Amino acid sequence: MITQTKQAAGVDRDALVVRMYRQMMAIRLFEERVNDLYTRALMPGLAHLYIGEEAVAVGVCEALTRSDYITSTHRGHGHCLAKGAAPDRMFAELLGKKAGYCKGKGGSMHIADPATGNLGANAIVGGGAGIATGAAFSAKYLGTKQVSVCFFGEGALGQGILYEEMNLAQLWKLPVIYACENNLYNEYTHCSESTAGDMLARATAFGIAAEAVDGQDVRAVHAAASAFVERARAGEGPGFLLLNTYRYRGHHVGDIAREYYRQKQEEQFWTSERDPITLHGQWLIAQGTVDQAGLDSITSEIASEMDRAVEFAVNAPYPDVSEVGEDVYA
Amino acid sequence: MPEAAVQVRELTFGEAIREALAEEMRRDSRIVLLGEDVAEAGTTFKVLKGLVDEFGTSRVIDTPISEPGFTGLGVGAAMTGLRPIVDIMFGDFLTLVMDQVVNQAAKVHYMSGGAWKVPMVVRATMGATRRSAAQHSQSLHAWPSHVPGLKVVIPSTPYDAKGLMKTAIRDDNPVVFFEDKISYTKVKGPVPEGDYTIPFGVADIKRQGRDITLVGTSSMVQVALGAAAMLEEIGISAEVVDPRTTWPLDEKTLIESAKKTSRAIVIDEGSFRYGVTGEIASVIAEGAFFDLDGPVRRIGATHVPIPFSPPLEDATVPTERQVFEMARTMCNK
Repeated sequence: MITQTKQAAGVDRDALVVRMYRQMMAIRLFEERVNDLYTRALMPGLAHLYIGEEAVAVGVCEALTRSDYITSTHRGHGHCLAKGAAPDRMFAELLGKKAGYCKGKGGSMHIADPATGNLGANAIVGGGAGIATGAAFSAKYLGTKQVSVCFFGEGALGQGILYEEMNLAQLWKLPVIYACENNLYNEYTHCSESTAGDMLARATAFGIAAEAVDGQDVRAVHAAASAFVERARAGEGPGFLLLNTYRYRGHHVGDIAREYYRQKQEEQFWTSERDPITLHGQWLIAQGTVDQAGLDSITSEIASEMDRAVEFAVNAPYPDVSEVGEDVYA
Repeated sequence: MPEAAVQVRELTFGEAIREALAEEMRRDSRIVLLGEDVAEAGTTFKVLKGLVDEFGTSRVIDTPISEPGFTGLGVGAAMTGLRPIVDIMFGDFLTLVMDQVVNQAAKVHYMSGGAWKVPMVVRATMGATRRSAAQHSQSLHAWPSHVPGLKVVIPSTPYDAKGLMKTAIRDDNPVVFFEDKISYTKVKGPVPEGDYTIPFGVADIKRQGRDITLVGTSSMVQVALGAAAMLEEIGISAEVVDPRTTWPLDEKTLIESAKKTSRAIVIDEGSFRYGVTGEIASVIAEGAFFDLDGPVRRIGATHVPIPFSPPLEDATVPTERQVFEMARTMCNK
């Protein structure tokens, strides 16, 4: 009996670690296509790529259920996909098409989807803090057992709203996780030039349980997130995850000449030594869960799915101009 | 069986607002009140006094002094199944919550292509002459009126306040509801017991007249009525129109009244420049141009930070005398 349970748990575990690889690869290949669409001038506006940070979104979102809530950021494609968004409707939104998640009205920085608990990506740094904390307030008030995750970059540590929300969350023991993605750069400025003191201490000062995690290790992220989610669901209050990661690309696609704020050697170190997908793939092979051919077939499967999604979005119609005044009021 | 007659009592403006909140909270358990000292203290103006006794501290919730914090939390709570009412003790503190109200609450529905809604009420006070100086006296209702996605309510009477508050709470959009501080205890009027609502975007003619239209908002409706009484004594018949909501705005009633009287003055307690008077005057000027005897005139607060010293402060707020004199000149009397 015990053996069977262990075997079942092992199967679940295998499915989870393979799914996490698949999800990370999906984000990587999605973002590569965003880069391509943008540089080919097919995508209007701005594109902030999540490449390099995939383990954060996937590790955290795999610890959530579909009905749990997230808020996302201007660098949000990874969170939305990890929470279950469909690539075709994502691409459609990025291109301003009617078939997009927001009917083309939100764009890259505002993907939102009630069906997957996505309260919306936010283009105000720290802008999701109130919304995520409020969703946790609702969950507690209504007794739904949902948990809310607020994703934000370390740049948001400079915003006062974050601390007001953390104070309320801890006072009222709200089921919210503050997931701080420390990719080292506030736009074009290293965080050491913007952030005084210890980042974790900003949460522990409120009495919030806080932990620093290797954000390139999807299993470590998942384990830490799962523990905080479990605590929050049990009514023990908020958590704060400091996820140390790296933004491979520029602040946005157009940020190509980066030498004035960071060195190529630094980028090379992270991409060659600390890539979350490579590291997890190697682990899966070493564990004997999947072989290289298995990983390759996952990649090619996702690549064709993404190509189909891009095709869908490119061919999808723009909204009719008459729709400009719709959805201002409910 | 004849229906039982609805009891109509005299209530103050503040009592009418409290009654609306209490009745709505009895009707819908998703409504929560959040703000600084809203529970046992019943707010610094005592408007919410007693609500915590009936609804408890899980629904009438004292927050830290953290306006962006509890307003932002309100936005998220509204998106996920609750109908929060947040209390901005002094309307001046709206400056602190502008990102939550303007960039978040007002835009969530549109940016998400209609996927998410924010059924939330932001209550804020307004009005000078309480000797509270420049950071506790402003009337900032023009600001949210400028933002697509928000609705803005600015009632002048207890009857309107109750009916409009119920509409605000039942609306699926973020509504900013302005309450004049002086009116809380000073303005009394008939209010029916029980349920009734007043739709947004429907102006109310507070007094019928033939010679000139006085458009007033909030406490300036009383000023307009006072001026109308003075004008009557010299044979000028003034019509007083209260838009009741600055957005949606009942353009039709404003224009029709001005067409009928051929003259209009707009009186509002917000700062004169780039404010509500400018918008309403332009609506009337465009809609009633060929029926007007002259330009639409405006009276607003003097364009200065509100001073403390009583004679200085009083000099910034529109008065009955000012309205009377302007109207008399316009009517050539």
